[in-house]
Amino acid sequence: MTLTLGHFLSLGAILFALSVIGIFLNRKNLIILLMAIELMLLAVNMNFVAFSYYLGDMRGQIFVFFILTVAAAESAIGLAILVQLFRNKSNINVDELNSLKG
Amino acid sequence: MNTMSQTLAASTLLVIALAPLVGAIVAGVFGTAFGGNRIGRRVSHSLTIAGVALSFVLSASVLWDVVMHGARFNDTIYHWMQVGGLKMEVGFLVDGLTAMMMCVVTFVSLMVHVYTIGYMHDDDGYNRFFAYISLFTFSMLMLVMSNNLLQLFFGWEAVGLVSYLLIGFWFNKPTAIFANMKAFLVNRVGDFGFILGIGLIYAYAGTLNYTEIFALSGELAREGFPGTDWMLITVICICLFIGAMGKSAQFPLHVWLPDSMEGPTPISALIHAATMVTAGIFMVARMSPLFELSDTALNFVLVIGAITALFMGFLGIIQNDIKRVVAYSTLSQLGYMTVALGASAYSVAVFHLMTHAFFKALLFLAAGSVIMGVHHNQDIRWMGGLRKYMPITWITALLGSLALIGTPLFAGFYSKDSIIEAVHFSNLPGAGFAYFAVLAGVFVTAFYSFRMYFLVFHGKERFDQNPDAHHGDPHGHGHPDAHPHESPWVVTVPLVLLAIPSVLIGFITIGPMLFGDFFKDAIFVDAAAHPAMAELASIFHGPMAMATHALTTAPFWLALAGVVAAYYMYMVNPALPAAIKRNLMPVYTLLENKYYMDWFNENVLARATRGLGTALWKGGDQGLIDGVLVNGSWKVVGWMASIVRRLQSGFLYHYALSMILGVFVLMTYFVWRS
Repeated sequence: MTLTLGHFLSLGAILFALSVIGIFLNRKNLIILLMAIELMLLAVNMNFVAFSYYLGDMRGQIFVFFILTVAAAESAIGLAILVQLFRNKSNINVDELNSLKG
Repeated sequence: MNTMSQTLAASTLLVIALAPLVGAIVAGVFGTAFGGNRIGRRVSHSLTIAGVALSFVLSASVLWDVVMHGARFNDTIYHWMQVGGLKMEVGFLVDGLTAMMMCVVTFVSLMVHVYTIGYMHDDDGYNRFFAYISLFTFSMLMLVMSNNLLQLFFGWEAVGLVSYLLIGFWFNKPTAIFANMKAFLVNRVGDFGFILGIGLIYAYAGTLNYTEIFALSGELAREGFPGTDWMLITVICICLFIGAMGKSAQFPLHVWLPDSMEGPTPISALIHAATMVTAGIFMVARMSPLFELSDTALNFVLVIGAITALFMGFLGIIQNDIKRVVAYSTLSQLGYMTVALGASAYSVAVFHLMTHAFFKALLFLAAGSVIMGVHHNQDIRWMGGLRKYMPITWITALLGSLALIGTPLFAGFYSKDSIIEAVHFSNLPGAGFAYFAVLAGVFVTAFYSFRMYFLVFHGKERFDQNPDAHHGDPHGHGHPDAHPHESPWVVTVPLVLLAIPSVLIGFITIGPMLFGDFFKDAIFVDAAAHPAMAELASIFHGPMAMATHALTTAPFWLALAGVVAAYYMYMVNPALPAAIKRNLMPVYTLLENKYYMDWFNENVLARATRGLGTALWKGGDQGLIDGVLVNGSWKVVGWMASIVRRLQSGFLYHYALSMILGVFVLMTYFVWRS
């Protein structure tokens, strides 16, 4: 069995779906939420790499590096916010964090 | 028009108009609480009387110059402003018509001023009253002396304002307040027509100056009213006449005049009989070059006048309030003047206006004197036999009544008979009806005048039987059942001075005014189209011949019949009126309710207007503007926000879900579209 583009795209879609479901279903821990977002970005990366390889265009892989950098920065910020949140609320339970409204 | 041999001085005319205004301002500001009551009663009345007397003397000298030297004045005194092509100016036009009106206005006003000293002696509003009547004199002079429609309209509204203030002079009386509101509102209806007429003239002639308008009247006559097949001139004249109907209390806008008797008697004499209500007649006479061009408008004028002359006279028969009898008589006489206007006999209308001003002012002042004499009772059923207590009032009232019913040689005879003859010669379609109405009106006039005269001055003394005498007499000088007394000299002297012209003025002036050239450049009659005036002139052979000839004509015998009928019913056989009343109950009820005009106005017109107002208020303002546009917009925003607000739960995963759903929707859209 040869690996085709479809396999890679399916993998990306599965990863993306997992991360989306992770965001919805997760009612407990904010860290899981951050991880799900990371996973979502990785799913996108997977698509980029797959397309880059099959279309012979390196720009897709260059873009992956940018996304990884941004994702790392985003994780750092997210974790920093998380730490501050825990200091203020003593709690990182998603179900109880509903102050993000007017 | 500038072929005159002499021009009057503008300064004289300014003094005539402004002297009463100065008196009014000083008495009105410093004589009332408004200016701190700085001047007393004596200063107030001296000052206002001096102002009006000055006006009268100068007016008389102007009339002298006009008659003797043919002097004229027609010029602009002051440019008020200019809006586009519309020049707003204050100017005077003095010719025979104006000079005559000025003299009548200032003379009657002077008499009323003097009379007021006696009549309003016990009233708290003494200074205010003098201020008002002087202001009225100023307004009326501005009206008659004007040389353009704008100033005429200013005077027109100003006299209406003073009329409003004076009808409601006793502002604590609810009936007086109702009456002045009614007068004001009914006059607004007339003024609406008037201002439409002025607007049409301006729109087509482009000027408001009389002389310029008349110069263009030929062009106006050729125009049609846009969108219809009416003549423009007809529409203009009918609009102007609607204004005259309001001011001169012509059917169906007459309803305010009887109620205006709520005001003090001197103003009933001055404003609601002698001068202001004749402003409409004056205006139509002044506009004669326009009215001559439209037979339709003249016919309308004729029929309205005839209806007023006859049917308002009937109402006078059943009134018991002495002032209301005279008021209905005024309505009827105004109807006569209007009939004369319709018959193109403008000069006759103005002639009757003048004679009527004297004898009707006299009758009103005599009525006021009677009211004072019997301690402010106005009901003629509780008078009687006053002849021996009030001899001067009696004789002057008798002279006034004789003048009113048209006794030969008296002033009213010449004017009224001329009207009847002019209508007789008129060739308009409505002239037959009008001729009948004015002839029947002669009988009716004689009947109600002498009914009042006999009930007041002759017969049994009933003034001590008045069931209402013990209450409702706020002045209370004297015991309720004290005998009537003659009025002081300030009251009787004006009566005598008014009685003189009431008797003589017709005899003296009929020749020059109707058939001479007194009005030759003021009133224009198209003799070819409307020959009534020319035929009237052809049968006129001097005032004496007219009086002797009258003994053989219908009006004289009708008047005599009226007097005899009144004598029989109220002196010989007093049970007869009651019997007639019983047998003609439906007619009596109709008259008692004034043809249900007030009922109609209040229940149909006023209610419909109020209904329309309520509908616009509730539906248009509260419903549409406040409800839908103003409150509706915030309510919709608030309602939408209350729904959208639920989307903002604060939970991160809700936001995430909506983001992702959004992505899906967009993606689906793009995929499906391609």
